[in-house]
Order: sequence, then C-alpha cells, then structure tokens
Amino acid sequence: MILGILAGLGIALFGFTLQSSVAGINRKVVARVQKRYGPPWYQEFLDIFKGLSKRGVTHGWIFDFGVIMAVGGIIATAMFMPITSNIAAFSGLDNFFIFVYLLAVGMLGMAMSASGSGNPLASIGVMRALTQMFAYEVPFLVIVMTIIKVTGTSSLVEIMAYQGQNGWFMWTMPLGFVVASISLLGMLGKKPFETFIAPAELASGPMVEYGGKHLGLLFIMMEISHFIEVSLFVHLFLGGATTIVGYLIKYFLVYTAANLYSYLNGRFKIDQVVVFFYKWILPLAVLQAVWVLWR
Amino acid sequence: MEEIRIKNAFPTQETAEQRGTWTELGDYFRRQSIWMLMYCTGCCAIELPQAMTTVYDMERLGMGPMATPRQADVLLITGYLSLKTLRRLIYSYEQMSEPKYIAAFGPCVLNGGIYHDSHAVLNRLDDYLPVDVYVGGCMPNPESVMNGFVDLMNLIKDGKATGWKRYRDNHEWYRANQIAAVGEVFVHDEFHE
Repeated sequence: MILGILAGLGIALFGFTLQSSVAGINRKVVARVQKRYGPPWYQEFLDIFKGLSKRGVTHGWIFDFGVIMAVGGIIATAMFMPITSNIAAFSGLDNFFIFVYLLAVGMLGMAMSASGSGNPLASIGVMRALTQMFAYEVPFLVIVMTIIKVTGTSSLVEIMAYQGQNGWFMWTMPLGFVVASISLLGMLGKKPFETFIAPAELASGPMVEYGGKHLGLLFIMMEISHFIEVSLFVHLFLGGATTIVGYLIKYFLVYTAANLYSYLNGRFKIDQVVVFFYKWILPLAVLQAVWVLWR
Repeated sequence: MEEIRIKNAFPTQETAEQRGTWTELGDYFRRQSIWMLMYCTGCCAIELPQAMTTVYDMERLGMGPMATPRQADVLLITGYLSLKTLRRLIYSYEQMSEPKYIAAFGPCVLNGGIYHDSHAVLNRLDDYLPVDVYVGGCMPNPESVMNGFVDLMNLIKDGKATGWKRYRDNHEWYRANQIAAVGEVFVHDEFHE
C-alpha cells in the first residue's frame, strides 16, 4: 500500500516533469514557427519555481485552502494514471470513471479558491470554465461510453490491450477521434476554446488574483491536469503504449499537434462554444456511436 | 509641516554570503523569468511590440506580458507620468507581489522630457515610486529596450534591484510625496460606491 502511494506520487512527479518539458519544447516550436528564437526548453520550470520563490498575497483562508485542494486533488488523480500497460501505481484501479470523478475535485478546488478572491473577473472565468465543461464533456463521454460498450470494460489497460488486437480507435472510430480531438482542445483550454482564460478580455479569468506562491502552485496543478488529459487521450484513442518510449512519442505528438492547431485560431465566445459543441460535435458523436453499435 | 526625511535611500549592498543560498537560488529563477505589467501611457510603449516580436524576441530572455499586477514581476512605465495616471500606477504597483521591479522608459520619467513645463505632468518618477532601471532614448529603440532588460537581469543577479525594499523602508516619505502630488492615493471604485 505504502509502496503503491509512493509509486503514485512518483507518477504525479513524472507527469509534472514530462508535461512541463513538453510545454517548454512547445514554446520553442511555436517560437520557430513565428520566426523567433524562443525561450530555453526548461522555461516552464523557471516560471513555476520563480512563482514559488515570490511572496503571495492572500485573500482569506478559502483562497489558500482552495489552491491546496486543487493541487492535492490533481496529484491524487494523476496517481491512478497508467503510463504504459505495465507501469501503473495501483494495478486494477485504472478505471476511466476514477479520472472523471477525481479530476472534478481539483477543478472545484480551483473554482472555490478563485471565487474566494472576490474578484468579479475570477467569478466570470470560473462560470465560463464550468459552462465550457458542460459543452465538451457530453460529446466526449458519448464517445467514451461507446468505447466502453465496444470493449466491455472501463479499465484503461484493458482498453489498450483491446486496441492492440483490434486496431486503434483512431482508425476504427474516425468520427469519434475527431470529436475527442476537439474536446481535448476544450479540456486543455487551447485557443478556439480559450474562453475562460481570455487574457485580453477577462485578464486571465480564474487566475486574476493569484500571484507568487499561489500562482506557482496553480501552474503545477495545470501542468499535471494537462498530463492527465493528454494521457487519457493517448490511452483511449492511440492504443496506449507498451513501452515508455512509445508513450513519450505519442504524448509529444498529441500535445504539439493540439498546441500548433491552437495558434491558427482566434477565440470563440462562450455561447459560440456551447452552440458549436451541441450543434455540430454532439451529433457527430451520436452518429459514431450508432455506426459502431448498430452497424 | 514637519519634513519627512528619507531614511534609507540606498540600502547597503549585501554580498552573496549575506544574501544566503535561498535568496541566490530565488534570484536565479527571478531573473530568468521576468513577467511584465505594461503601463503603456506614453509614446515609448510603441517600441515594445518590436522588442516582443520576431526580430528581437523578448521571450528568449524568459520575459512575457502578463494580464494582472498580481502575476507580474516588473512594472514598465513607458513615458511621461501625468497626474491622473500616477494614482493608478501606485495602485498597480502596490498590488504586485514582492520582489517587484520598475523599469522606466525615456527621459520624461527622469526630468519631464519635452513635457517638463506641462501643468499635468510630474517630472521625476523616482520621488513617487522606486525605479530600478532606466531605459534611455526618446523614444528608446528596441535595442535599448532589450539592453535595459538585460541590465535589470544583471541588477537582480548582483542583488542591486532593491527598489521594493527601498519603497518598504521609506514608505512614509514616498507616501508624503504621493499625497502632495495627487491629493489622495485611494482609487475609487466607481461601480460599488
């Protein structure tokens, strides 16, 4: 048990290191696309540790407690994530629904903390984040439910094994792959669905009152939540991985593709996001489900 | 009225040993990742986009624009300082989390520049807020801007960017100057009053 918890914390640390490095490399990639030189690849680490080295301003105990709850909840979620089909802290506890439920703890912690700051822009940001979550979760869950129905299991490792035998869901469920890719952009807060951060409009939304240590902790939370979301995508649609090298390659490709695509786009308004997902993406998801289940 | 004396205009230079390992380590991160809050009131602000984009690329120094004062490390005051902006400037500066720095652009913040005889312009910024680095030129070209930021990084490295300590130690003096200039420092909340 104790070894399992230590291994889980190791996975969370691995996820943080991996996502920070990949995000840093991506800043370099985007800079080269824009014909700039770009920051060093470890810039994300510098930003986070700089935040932790500064003095934070508190706005009451809910503000502080929510940040800790967000980081703790996200670390607890990441502990259950299998890296490859062999490397997992708690084997047998890699059920998809664990991530759905535990991810909400971290997000709600952040929402509580941001509302505790008393800034109206933070409240608007939180409201938009939750609205957007309602928009992308429904089509995404329709596709994941289809996968669970097809494979007959909700364990990520078994879904990986199923894809190893029957082909990746990226190929067998192409429409579902499109739906999940667009939902992934929404989860990561990448650009067409950047509504809740919106630096020029909401002054970075939920993060508006954070500075110093609080901001550093929040960035750690964001990196680990990105790790969870991208890993879920890799495991569910790209066949997971049997070796760590394969996992790293798939992870890097997925995140880089999402990031590069986001730089081609402007930002939707929040009502446009909801209408877009319910009008175009949800029917695609349902079509895919009908196609696979009753063909 | 009793004159308030400035207590500690130039905090004594601390050596690396006196600052300690943690401060040294923190300074390493703080100088590699400087986030800016741009207070673009004057004409010098027009030189910032060039410094940020393709040719000069500020991001290679780890610098980037930030949306709110809480997240920012350095406050850029680009150009002349009018009476009405000073109050907002103080308000923004006091919201930033320590350690915080100020970079002032152009001659207007030193002596008023070409606006020195205007009734609406304050001539010397350093009387009201502690400036860490000045960037010269009217307007400073992007090379000067980048050079100013490298100077700021070196000042942080040597432990000389101590404006925020100076502000804390001599707060009474700064506040007296501010009140003499703008009357009251508090910014009214038009939505809730």
